[in-house]
Amino acid sequence: MALTGVQIYKFLPKTNCKECGFPTCLSFAMKLAQRATELGACPYVSDEAKSNLEAASRPPVRLVTVGVGEKKIEVGNEVVLFRHEKTFVHPAGLVLRVKDSDADAVAKAKEAAAYSVERVGINMYLDGIAIENDSKDAAKFAKLAADVKAATDVALILMSSDTAAMKAALEKVGEDKPLIYAATADNADAMIELAKKYSCPLAVYGNGLQEVADLTEQAAKAGVEDLVIDPATRGYADSLDALTQIRRLAIKKSFVALGYPVITFPGEGAESIDDEAMLAGMHIAKYASIIVLDNFSPAVAYPLLTARLNIYTDPQKPIQMAAGVYPLGDPKADSVLCVTTNFSLTYFSIAGELENSGYPSHLLVCDTEGLSVLTAWAAGKFDAEKIAKAVKEFKLPDTLSHKKIILPGGVAVLKGDLEDELPDWEILVGPREAMAIGSYLKQNWS
Amino acid sequence: MPSVEIPLEKWTGQVHQVTLGAGGRKTVTVGGENTLPYLHFDGTIPNKTAVAIEIQDIAPADWSPTLLKAWGDVVNDPATWAKKAVEYGAEAILLNLKSAHPDEGNTGIAEAKAVTDKILSAVDVPLIVIGTGVADKDNEILPAVSEAARGQRIAIGNCEEKNYRTVVAVCIADGHIAIPSSPVDLNLAKQLNILLTDAGLPIDAILMDPTTGALGYGLEYTYSVMERLRMAGLGGDKLTAMPIINNVGEDAWKQKEAKVAQGLPESWGDMETRGIIWEEQTAISLMQAGSNLVVLRHPQSVAKVGAAITKLMG
Ligand code: B12
Ligand code: SF4
Repeated sequence: MALTGVQIYKFLPKTNCKECGFPTCLSFAMKLAQRATELGACPYVSDEAKSNLEAASRPPVRLVTVGVGEKKIEVGNEVVLFRHEKTFVHPAGLVLRVKDSDADAVAKAKEAAAYSVERVGINMYLDGIAIENDSKDAAKFAKLAADVKAATDVALILMSSDTAAMKAALEKVGEDKPLIYAATADNADAMIELAKKYSCPLAVYGNGLQEVADLTEQAAKAGVEDLVIDPATRGYADSLDALTQIRRLAIKKSFVALGYPVITFPGEGAESIDDEAMLAGMHIAKYASIIVLDNFSPAVAYPLLTARLNIYTDPQKPIQMAAGVYPLGDPKADSVLCVTTNFSLTYFSIAGELENSGYPSHLLVCDTEGLSVLTAWAAGKFDAEKIAKAVKEFKLPDTLSHKKIILPGGVAVLKGDLEDELPDWEILVGPREAMAIGSYLKQNWS
Repeated sequence: MPSVEIPLEKWTGQVHQVTLGAGGRKTVTVGGENTLPYLHFDGTIPNKTAVAIEIQDIAPADWSPTLLKAWGDVVNDPATWAKKAVEYGAEAILLNLKSAHPDEGNTGIAEAKAVTDKILSAVDVPLIVIGTGVADKDNEILPAVSEAARGQRIAIGNCEEKNYRTVVAVCIADGHIAIPSSPVDLNLAKQLNILLTDAGLPIDAILMDPTTGALGYGLEYTYSVMERLRMAGLGGDKLTAMPIINNVGEDAWKQKEAKVAQGLPESWGDMETRGIIWEEQTAISLMQAGSNLVVLRHPQSVAKVGAAITKLMG
């Protein structure tokens, strides 16, 4: 169990010297219990107290980095089991596996690594390439690793149970801090040595949680603590059980030996591409930190990246836009004027359509505290008064040569009220769905 | 070596068990679990998540081309459509009384009753009937639907604060299940459940609809409100422990990603695959948050989600 602030306080010097940056030992202890500071900030804790407090001061799931540079994968540091309790912190890395027995491996890696898609103004992409030593040939494996490194800029995972092959590949790409996959009961000593030598993160593969815990313990004792764990479950039911148990042990029991990010391979338990995607989707929601896919296509990657974006959004604050007038496609004084709310999903839905409509437009964004059109309307945060106020605040009567404003179809009911608020304006009701705005403008805007 | 002891989560409550179908029809039972979704090691899960297919009483005017292609001509006749849906694996049929909507034809009592009769005799799986969402109109047509299906334990929605009295009264009279829908909010869901039970509806005659937000369009809100509802219910609050129905198909397929064929970025990929995956991802995510009955639209999603459910049941 994680310690409470009061329990931690008992181990502190109780001198209130303030050197930790907090006014009292007690307030430091409280922050420590919330994992908002590090034990190391107090220079006076005794070694004995230190070891007692280690479990409490360590994040329940260790933060592990794979790769270097801008596209490194950072996973772990999760503090809750359910996103509504706080938030999920480090989005699961999505990785494509290629095999050294496949002549197209480099091309496939290149295509996946080059993939990116934009959603709500966020650029989403695949995070890495896993290279598997399927050929059992060390030289082939090392060559593919080197080729993929040269062809891509994403994080790498090296997959081989053969320590000689692993060493050969690390000689080529070790400086990029790939994840070494994996240490097993049979090869742990040698893999741990390699992880140490190249200062790379190490995955451990064990049948059952006990075997995994024994391996992480062994690695940690040897000084390798940047670990990722694979409980060897591949189906829906067994992986959900294992991943839930691992997260629960880490968070509720501060069980250090399983307090690491988890890696999954949904393609291995799947019968089809849909199945792989669903299993990956389940792993995004339930506790995987790195997900290795065996198939890549944009039509699957985009939904999965969207699912990840959804699950890892901070539930406390919707992603929002600043209120204001946004120009889309170089609008002039006589161009289209539309109004919407400042929930970023809403903004990007309608802004994207306006940009593609062929009609340069002004998009007036009202501050609705990040709520969508209907939600804001139902909550009384998007009404005629507010829209009229924004029209005036942003000086639209001065900058535009017309007085016509298009409402989202979902709030057609606001038309009458808005006519009262803006008596010399023409209030138009647009379509309900943003995707219909282009054809609407063709028919209704002259 | 540290020894791994799995901490079990023992809940005091359980999800109410609700059975659809009676009077000679096949039955489908959902709910009854005393654990979070599919965590068999924590507790017991007597019933699997059920999969229903949505059909409409008139050929859909605004459905994605991907859906229309998959169904072909059957969409022109609800009875044929329903039969086909059962062939594709629907364990229940959701009949959407689209044509009754004031903006979609404004058909009345006679039509609603006739189409209900037709579907009931065409297929033997349980039926779910959804009205227009316009309270006054639903107050008019849903009693007729209820009467037509008396004794066959169908589920009837929408049931909201504005029309719950009517829906509850006919459900009690004719032995049906009500589907209260609330806007993504734990307290509002509970409040509506209280109104329904206070009005005399038995607790095992409620399937609650917390409002489905599709992948990329509010999914995360639905997901979290469902997890919270489920945890409250398992924690012993009987008025939040109703099984959950999610109309996944409707919300997923209305999104641009599933609907629009042209003028899209290349990075969105093949349209058909994307639309189906959009529906499947919405379903699998919400199943992790506690869905007991998912309503889908595409035959392929029905097959794949159904197979995933079987595997999750172990
Ligand atoms: C997620 C969600 C929430 C989230 C908030 C999300 C957010 N940041 O806004 C939460 C859980 C907080 C929430 C709360 C509430 N919600 Co709510 N919510 C939803 C849900 C599931 C999705 C909304 C969403 O994100 N849509 C996606 C965005 C992009 O849609 P949009 O903004 O409308 O934009 C689209 C169009 O309007 C159009 N568009 C946008 N701008 C423009 C501009 C022009 C000119 C044009 C032409 C088109 C256009 O383009 C977009 C894409 O097509 C919907 C139901 C559903 N499935 O849709 C209910 C829903 C909107 N909520 C509803 C309600 C009632 C509420 C509450 C008032 C409930 C309550 N009493 O507490 C609260 C209010 C919040 C508060 N008090 O602070 C109702 C509204 C009912 C109604 N029709 O009036 C809905 C419809 C649910 C329902 N069926 O009852 N909600
Ligand atoms: S530095 Fe240590 S001793 Fe000083 S106030 Fe902080 S916790 Fe107490």
